[in-house]
Amino acid sequence: MKSSQDNQREIYDSSKRGHPAWEELKGVFRYKDLVFQLIRRDLVSRYKRSVLGIAWTMLNPLGTMLILTIVFSRVFSQTQAYPVFILAGLIVWNFFSQTTQHCMDSTLWGSGLFGKIYLPRTSFIVSSIGTGIVNFIISLVPLLVIMLFSGVSIRPSAIMLPIILLLLSFFSLGVGLLLSAYSVFFPDIAQMYTIFLMALMYMSPVIIPEEILAGVMNGLLLKINPLFYLIKLFRLALYYGEFPPISLLLIAAGISFAMFIIGWLVFTDNSDRFAYYV
Amino acid sequence: MSKQVINNSDNEFDIILENVSVRYHLPDQIVRTYKEFAINFIRGKNKKRSFLALDEVNLKIKAGEIFGVIGINGAGKSTLLKVISRVLIPSGGRVVTRGRVYPLLQLGAGFHPELTGRENIFLNGTLLGRTRKEIEEKYQDIVEFSEIAKFIHAPVRTYSSGMQARLGFAVASAWQPEILILDEVLSVGDIAFQEKCHQRMQEFRKNGTTTVLVSHSPEQISALCNRALLLDKGKIVALGKPDTIINAYRKLIEV
Repeated sequence: MKSSQDNQREIYDSSKRGHPAWEELKGVFRYKDLVFQLIRRDLVSRYKRSVLGIAWTMLNPLGTMLILTIVFSRVFSQTQAYPVFILAGLIVWNFFSQTTQHCMDSTLWGSGLFGKIYLPRTSFIVSSIGTGIVNFIISLVPLLVIMLFSGVSIRPSAIMLPIILLLLSFFSLGVGLLLSAYSVFFPDIAQMYTIFLMALMYMSPVIIPEEILAGVMNGLLLKINPLFYLIKLFRLALYYGEFPPISLLLIAAGISFAMFIIGWLVFTDNSDRFAYYV
Repeated sequence: MSKQVINNSDNEFDIILENVSVRYHLPDQIVRTYKEFAINFIRGKNKKRSFLALDEVNLKIKAGEIFGVIGINGAGKSTLLKVISRVLIPSGGRVVTRGRVYPLLQLGAGFHPELTGRENIFLNGTLLGRTRKEIEEKYQDIVEFSEIAKFIHAPVRTYSSGMQARLGFAVASAWQPEILILDEVLSVGDIAFQEKCHQRMQEFRKNGTTTVLVSHSPEQISALCNRALLLDKGKIVALGKPDTIINAYRKLIEV
């Protein structure tokens, strides 16, 4: 009999690895403490040298909202409580655009380490989403304050928030994985993506009310935009105060989980080759 | 190459490499942009030029051995270490390791300058695959060993490079590794601290850690190792007693 300590030893056999997607899932679960440390690092280091610190997570969308309200409130005067409308849109939009870009940045930062020590390569991406979730929750505070001032009350539909955040996270994770996988091989993707984001923002009902965008190409522009469904869900929960129709929820869930699965498969299928490139 | 059958039922070996090959694409052939890709595609030039960093390497390292790897630059030493430490999946062949592999290289590579020493200990520890709880248990040891208790709550950017290296070594060597990978790193800090590092290495050795040491220094190989190999152009040229290997190495560089 071997000693018990020997049995605890981790055996690695390069020829007996399971499917990369499954191995990665197990790996990132084992390294969950690393994911938490990375989230902590991002949150702590981001505002370390600033006086107001984490308050910027709230002040930032507020500032943007203020400017956009001043610029657009006359144009979109039909929209009720425009500041709430726009801040709700911005919170979802910021989550998506910031986390997906952060995924690429942190994979690039991590790629220096991937060449030196073994790490589940998705840990940086998963932690980027984790950081986004924390920021999302913090930025709900100014939204609630603005709602209070604008006379928009919190209604029971607000209990949908955790589900919406979950869908948004899986969707962004999927996009982040896809972008990161390819940006290791084609660094130009990061630059192209900022331009793409700009286009996507004007295609999404972030600033521009949905009714106006619905007039473009018979609403096709909205229908093909996955973010439209997520923004809509979020606004229904807080701004309109209505429970979403089940069809909307199903479409959003379908898109989000499909995106996640595709992203995870593509990323893990390519991540073994990272070390050959960096 | 004759096929070997891996028979490791009695756990005699900690590291087994069987016909391991690693084929890199040449850096200038790596297509970095779509434009390049498209141009090359049109020209029909996306064929892959590549070179073998490791060529059908067969190697077995026994449990508890201190194994030296020597060779000129570009011989494939680093690639060999990467394959063993699971960083690189070989293009061909099979790698088996028994136990957690600890690459003690690039100390403090994961440090974040804005975070404090304490925060970096946790970040670096988890990067090495340790859990929060394991790090908490070793925290005092790490701080004491690195000799920076006074500055542990200051951001790492305020540390001298010596302090950073000491902290890096303290974290990385806080746990007794089963397989240790050393890539010429034992020149950390001042002489007193180097002495501490060497003592810790000796402890590991006594407790049965299998060590793979890469070095350019024949003296280091013959002083520390009980077996060594000479690598050239991705192939094992010689394998055996350190002194024999060093002689072969000297002959190789004289030519």
